[in-house]
Amino acid sequence: MEINRSERAGMRKGKRFGRQVYLVSGGVTKFKKAHPEMDFRYMVKKAYDYAMSDVPSLEKKDIDGSRISYFSDHFTRQLKAASMVQDYLGLNPRGSMRIEWGGATGGESFQSGFEAVASGRMDICLVAGFETMSRVQTWKGNEFIALASDTNYDYPNGGFYSGYYALMVTRHIYEYLRNGKFAHIRDEREAQRLAFREAARLLSMVSVKNHTNALHNPYAQYPRKLTIGDVMSSEMISYPLTREMICTMSDGAAVAILASEEEAFRLTDKPVLVSGVGCGTDTMRLADRPFGEVPLMKHEKKEYYKGLSYPGAHSFRAGRAASIEAYESAGVENPMKEIDFIELHDAYASSEIQTYEDMGLCRYGEGYDFIESGKPFLAGMDYGMRTPEAGKMPVNPSGGLIACGHPVGATGLMQAVFALWQLQGTIGKHFGDATLQIRNARRGAIHSHAGTGSAVTVSILEAVR
Amino acid sequence: MVSSTNNRKLKKFTKYRDVMAEINRKGAAIYREKEHGDQLVINFPYSVNYIHSYANDSKFFLGLADGKLFGSRCAKCDYVFATPRSHCMFCGEQTSWKLLPKKGKVHSWTTCEFGSEAFLRETPYNLALIEFAGVNSLFMTRLKDCSLDDIYVGMPVEARFARKPEYLVRDVWFVPSGSAGRK
Ligand SMILES: [Zn+2]
Repeated sequence: MEINRSERAGMRKGKRFGRQVYLVSGGVTKFKKAHPEMDFRYMVKKAYDYAMSDVPSLEKKDIDGSRISYFSDHFTRQLKAASMVQDYLGLNPRGSMRIEWGGATGGESFQSGFEAVASGRMDICLVAGFETMSRVQTWKGNEFIALASDTNYDYPNGGFYSGYYALMVTRHIYEYLRNGKFAHIRDEREAQRLAFREAARLLSMVSVKNHTNALHNPYAQYPRKLTIGDVMSSEMISYPLTREMICTMSDGAAVAILASEEEAFRLTDKPVLVSGVGCGTDTMRLADRPFGEVPLMKHEKKEYYKGLSYPGAHSFRAGRAASIEAYESAGVENPMKEIDFIELHDAYASSEIQTYEDMGLCRYGEGYDFIESGKPFLAGMDYGMRTPEAGKMPVNPSGGLIACGHPVGATGLMQAVFALWQLQGTIGKHFGDATLQIRNARRGAIHSHAGTGSAVTVSILEAVR
Repeated sequence: MVSSTNNRKLKKFTKYRDVMAEINRKGAAIYREKEHGDQLVINFPYSVNYIHSYANDSKFFLGLADGKLFGSRCAKCDYVFATPRSHCMFCGEQTSWKLLPKKGKVHSWTTCEFGSEAFLRETPYNLALIEFAGVNSLFMTRLKDCSLDDIYVGMPVEARFARKPEYLVRDVWFVPSGSAGRK
């Protein structure tokens, strides 16, 4: 009944997308609860000025056009706000488009800018994103975000995105902990209780990791030294997700500058190749997700997932589809062996664990073991807990959304900028602190995600020098 | 003539939290920012009513008012959608309406201790995805007459319908099977 995306995607490295595209520079404003001293145009301008100053030979006249992204007109209360950014930066009459796709807005706009350059339409494309979420109270902001769920069938039940993600992780816990580590327990209620308690501890590890990493990122909104106990005992928001497992609302902007090969090497000694892009989607309503088969990656076998109904409400099929397309276009056969770090969309600690599986860092069902093993932690960092395999695959070395903040339209671009600096080896220069610099990072992935996994983008970036 | 003393009536604050409290009272205030100087902050309200036709989903909402829960079925794929879709997402054929059983099981659940502004007063409330025998997809709903400690995946539940319909999806909700709550 269903088309296996991995069979359909079938693209060859470098061919499908036209010209090679490079990321040459980026800028990010500090993400904050509120930036009342800067409107959205000024915020973008700040990130833009920073990006321009990092490639001094680039002049505004060389920019062919732009892609500008923000998620919600409700937050701006100003339609065509992207047009006002284009105007403020003085880029008229060059071409521009506004890109919006929920939480994946930043990632989608990055790929739209990529397409503009790959196709030959532009040689240099400015991609800018922002969000101004402080303009309403937090609970009103949650309402705006919940309006990005089906307003006939989902929203009036008590629309709340933390609730939707909790519905997903509840099932994930049931599938993989209750029916995994606790499969031997006969009493159903007791088994579920134990599985939830264990999950709370493992979800907390994600939060501790990302908040700790952010202590060394001056752009982060919410760096904090936390313990597992702190995370577990913070306020319950939507069971089993506590406050410290959920990202906050933010004001912020980010800018990425993409260029063709010729322009890239003219502008900088350290351009980073965008070697792969992938994008996947899924039903808007969680309730409509089918129960089918797992689309396989090159390093996986069908028998891994015997008897697993997929994606159901427990996994992000869009994340899997996006990863498969991105890996195939970049020629990645096994991400654990061929990717050095990942900046992924951890709006919820639970989504980070689910995303390990979607991206093929471990099999479906092994996400909890993956965090427990320490693999996604940075080597040499003190997290106040045992992380035996730290450094195997650093995930969210910047601190991720949980600790950096999530000004929706900027988030996916923030990931691109942090990944650029990792691959250039310039984290120390841009952060004023080289602690988070991953040594010899050659290839990184960025992952941007919209409402309950209704759209996901994955882009692969590579150092070329 | 505009009085030159108007702006002097505005209170100035160095904490943004205090600015927000003041604009709730007076509608305007000044935020003194270290680097950029004085920022004027005002209330800027916006409200709107939409004229919303349920269109091809109408029968579902009319059904709730009659105590009926409709899904839809694609005859070609032999697939039943618990949350109705008027066209099949696999083959594109038009579906037909299909009455769902009023009893099902909890597929997944959560208790929201917080919520969007519109639902904050109703917290804590439970959300659940319900699975039905012989139905291929799920249905999102509120779960009432039970709390966090009672709910588990697989719990048998049954539908309840509002006596006075709001013509919203929350005209139906689920309770633990056999619950004394309203029939
Ligand atoms: Zn069909």
